[in-house]
Amino acid sequence: MENFEFHGPSTLDQALAAMGAAEDGKFMAGGQSLLPVMKLELAAPSDVISLAGIEALRGIEADGTTVTIGSAVTHAEVHESEAVRQAIPALADMAGGIGDPQVRNRGTIGGAVAHADPAADYPAALVGLGATVVTDRREISAEDFFQGMFDTPLEDDEIITAVRFPVPERAAYAKFANQASGYAIAGVMVASGDAGIRVAVTGAGSCVFRVTAMEEALAADFSAAALQGIAVDSGDLISEPDASAEYRAHLVSVMARRAVEACG
Amino acid sequence: MPTVSMTVNGKQVSADVEARTLLVEFIREHLDLTGTHVGCDTSQCGACVVHLDGRSVKSCTMLALEADGAEVTTIESLSNGVELHPMQAAFKEHHGLQCGFCTPGVVMSVLDLVSRNPDPSEAEVRDWLEGNLCRCTGYHNIIKSVQAGAAAMGG
Repeated sequence: MENFEFHGPSTLDQALAAMGAAEDGKFMAGGQSLLPVMKLELAAPSDVISLAGIEALRGIEADGTTVTIGSAVTHAEVHESEAVRQAIPALADMAGGIGDPQVRNRGTIGGAVAHADPAADYPAALVGLGATVVTDRREISAEDFFQGMFDTPLEDDEIITAVRFPVPERAAYAKFANQASGYAIAGVMVASGDAGIRVAVTGAGSCVFRVTAMEEALAADFSAAALQGIAVDSGDLISEPDASAEYRAHLVSVMARRAVEACG
Repeated sequence: MPTVSMTVNGKQVSADVEARTLLVEFIREHLDLTGTHVGCDTSQCGACVVHLDGRSVKSCTMLALEADGAEVTTIESLSNGVELHPMQAAFKEHHGLQCGFCTPGVVMSVLDLVSRNPDPSEAEVRDWLEGNLCRCTGYHNIIKSVQAGAAAMGG
C-alpha cells in the first residue's frame, strides 16, 4: 500500500477543508472496502480523511414513518438497533447478514452506499424501501443514486451524512450468497408501503434494479404464487464462472418468492 | 510521521508510525505482540482478530491511526502466564486446534460472541464464525470448544 497523509477530523467542515487542500483525497468510513482496494493499489490517494470521528454522522432516529441512520453507523449497530428492528425488521436482518461479524463492526452504511458495490446488500435495501441518500449538500433518491457498477452521482468532495428510510407496511430481504465471499449472487428486497410495491435486486446485474413485472403482479395479489412464471431477462445479468446469467435469473425469481413469503 | 497512542492490553502505548501502518503491523512489529497473526491479509481469514473498544475487528483491515485513543485487547491478555483463560482451556481440552495458526483469531472472535450471548447454540457459533477460517479441524471441535468455554465462563 502506498503511503498517504491521514486526517481524523471531528467536524464536517474540517473534513471538507482537508479534502479541499488534498491533491487526491479520499474519504474513508469503516475502511472495509477502501483499505482492501488500497492494498491492491487499485487506489492510491494522497490523503485519507477518516469520517469515523465526526459525531454528526452517528446516531439512529426513528419515528412512526421514517428511520434516519447516520452515515457512520456500522452494520452491527443497524443490526442490533431496537429502533430499526421495530420499524423495519427487514433492514435489521439484512444488516446482520453483511460480510461477517468483524466486518459488520467496522463497515458503515455510508461507506457501503458510497462504494456502490453491485453485489452489496444495501443497494437493494435502499431502492426496495424507497430510501433517500442525504449528503452535506443535497438529497438524492436511491434510484437516482445507484447509477452503475461503483458509479454514483457523488462529487469527489461530497459526504453522505445519512440515509433516510420510509417505514414500510411490510418488507423482507432474501439473499443467495456466494459461499466464499458472502456477497449476493442474487439478493432481493420486497417492500410494500407508501413508496408502492417494490422489488429490488442486487448482485445479479451490474447495478441494483427493480423488477416491474413482479411489482405489478404483487400489486394485484401480494403472494409468492403471484410471481410464478415471472422471470428477469438473463441477457441483462452478470455471468461468471461460478454463477451464470441464467442461474442468476433463476435465483432472482426464487429469492423474490422467498422474500414475499417472509413478508408474512 | 504521525504519532499514534492507544491502550493495548491495559498498557498505554505510543509510537510514530507511517500513516499506512496497519493495526496488525503496529501490534506485531512495534509492540512485539506476535500472537495476533496475519493469514490472508484480505479480511477473510480472521487470524488477525483483536478487540477494539470491546468489539472484535480484523486488525489487517484497519489503520493503526484509526485506533488512536482506543482500547485494544489481543490474545496475549487472556492468560496470566500460568493458567489458561477458560476459553483457551476449552480449546485444549476439546482439541479445537491442530496447527494453531487461526486459533488466536478464533478465540478473540468467539469471546466477542460470548460477551453478548453467554450460551450460544451450535448454529449461532457456526454463524458467528463466518469470518474465521480454519483449514485443519473441520470446525466440529471448534464449535464444541466454544460451547464448553462459554459454559466454563459461566454462561
